[in-house]
Amino acid sequence: MTKSIVLLLLLVLSTSNANAGPTADGAVKKGFIQCGVNTGLAGFSQPDSNGEWRGIDVDLCRAVAAALFGNPKKLRFTPLTAQQRFTALQSGEVDLLSRNTTWTITRDTSLGLNFVGVNYYDGQGFMVTKKRNVKSAKQLNGAAVCVQPGTTTELNLADYFRANNMKFKPVVIEKMEEVLSAYFAGRCDVYTTDVSGLVAARSSRAANAADHVILPEVISKEPFGPVVRHGDDHWFDAVKWSLYAMIDGEELGLTSKNIEQQAQSANPVIQRFVGATGDIGKMLGLDNRWAYNIIKQVGNYGESFERNLTPLGLDRGINKLWNRGGLMFAPPLR
Amino acid sequence: MPADTTGRNQSARPIFHPRHRAVVYQALLAAAVILAAWYFISNAVENLLARRIASGFGFLSREAGFEIGETALLTYSASDSYLRALAVGLFNTFRVALPAILISSLIGMALGLARLAPNWLLAKLASAYVEVMRNVPLVVQLFFWYAVITESLPAPADALSPLPGVFLSNRGFAYPTLAGQFTLALDYPALSGFGFTGGGSLSPEFAALFLGLTLYTAAFIGEIVRAGILSVDRGQFEAARSLGLSGRQVMRFVILPQALRVIVPPVTSQYLNCTKNSSLAVAIGYPDLVAIVNTTINQTGQAIEGLAIIMLVYLAISLGISSLMNWYNARIALRGAQS
Repeated sequence: MTKSIVLLLLLVLSTSNANAGPTADGAVKKGFIQCGVNTGLAGFSQPDSNGEWRGIDVDLCRAVAAALFGNPKKLRFTPLTAQQRFTALQSGEVDLLSRNTTWTITRDTSLGLNFVGVNYYDGQGFMVTKKRNVKSAKQLNGAAVCVQPGTTTELNLADYFRANNMKFKPVVIEKMEEVLSAYFAGRCDVYTTDVSGLVAARSSRAANAADHVILPEVISKEPFGPVVRHGDDHWFDAVKWSLYAMIDGEELGLTSKNIEQQAQSANPVIQRFVGATGDIGKMLGLDNRWAYNIIKQVGNYGESFERNLTPLGLDRGINKLWNRGGLMFAPPLR
Repeated sequence: MPADTTGRNQSARPIFHPRHRAVVYQALLAAAVILAAWYFISNAVENLLARRIASGFGFLSREAGFEIGETALLTYSASDSYLRALAVGLFNTFRVALPAILISSLIGMALGLARLAPNWLLAKLASAYVEVMRNVPLVVQLFFWYAVITESLPAPADALSPLPGVFLSNRGFAYPTLAGQFTLALDYPALSGFGFTGGGSLSPEFAALFLGLTLYTAAFIGEIVRAGILSVDRGQFEAARSLGLSGRQVMRFVILPQALRVIVPPVTSQYLNCTKNSSLAVAIGYPDLVAIVNTTINQTGQAIEGLAIIMLVYLAISLGISSLMNWYNARIALRGAQS
């Protein structure tokens, strides 16, 4: 509450800056990018035991820092709850929101934000305790459901139960930690969020992961992507192509380990990618080695996925590259 | 040099008259406040327009689309409007704040008397209670009660049943209600599917918030009551005793009526605090007004409108409580006294 008032004050106080490229200029001036992330979602953004932020959303922030500064460490994180995230971005407290945020038309338009692309395709699911012996979401009539407020999850949940003519008791708690402890304490029969979030919660918070099952129904499309403010097209481009560079890098077989050696390759596509020929970096207003830096310092999309999500037991699934049967498709860098 | 006389002449001019000067200063201050407000508002409007963020209160009539866990006083479903969702939130705020005010006043009165009781153990217990409750942040107490309820009570299938038809579980407190308006038959809660259906129920969120608010506010009220009683001159007590009144009668007819004049104004502040503190509900998932507005802000992106609604509603509630308490205070004031 206090936080949202502070954020609102910032929105009221910040002067208009609708000219080209102010976000990147501001970041260069202060020497770092302020990135809004989740307060703690394993695999997406969560500090490890050394206080180092880890996750695919965090890697995206690092990729943008690598592209802008050639240094993925020129970054500061603002942990945000689902409710704080949009105000924080609108008010300019963060330069970039990379926080498992679903791309919807309302958010893309009336919230004054732009989604730059998709870094994880997800869908909403339900988790219940195994001893309930529930096999399908259609059997959840009358259940108490733990959910976080201000999410698409909360709306999809209501839609799904309405469409199937079932009733439920929502238990709506803002903080991830609190909503999970309510579920694990048995306050709710069901916990609902994106399937990746269910898997992450089960593997990182449950006393015994085998006691919880994720039901087969996936009731929504949840494409997650980084978000920027309306009105700064240069910044929008820089963040968008940082994401695409990670995906294209994987497609080209460029990894943090081999890119140094691959940069010597005669392949013109790779030559353009690493900035040896052409000037795609300049077109973005970045260093010509921006994409090289992203792959060298952060890694390609596949490396980020394997580092963060595979250990949780999440399969690449529909997040495979398009030419391997998935949905990850980035426009060509040329 | 005629400097002295010049000064005197100047101070005699109308513009230097203290009263005129005061008017000028006040006008300047008012202008500054209006300018600042205008600056903030126009700046916000410009920023909202530049970023194409929606504004206005049109969203209130749109379908809310989310469910609310507690709709005890007003029917509501996801297909109702945001306005109705906010009304449900407001009712939920009242539903917890009013009983909390009532019960915390009773406990506070007992605490204040207990702290002054000649019984050493009773007085010490009461002061220990006051110190613990006053010095632990309310939100921590709410988490504590919520954890106690959800972690220590059994699942619905093994619910405790202290009385027939009454069940305590980590889903809350289920109790029988009258089956209809003109009947004495009871509608008993029964275990079915995932929880209890039928009868009435109080959720763990409500219970935790009510307990936390009541016990916390009671500690403050207890101290105010104690101060009020101590403010009554000792001679009053002795005089009443010498008339042959019993200890209880002295308190009831002599001390408390005089103490109330001291007690009521600060207790009014506590009632306002109690109502405003109920907005901590958001931490443990009780759907009060603030929780609903937060969700609304997030779904519509209209933070300024949402916060304006919160501020206006709390202002209205606070002014309402204040005027009620001021009326009561005027009634109990000494006859002929100005207060």
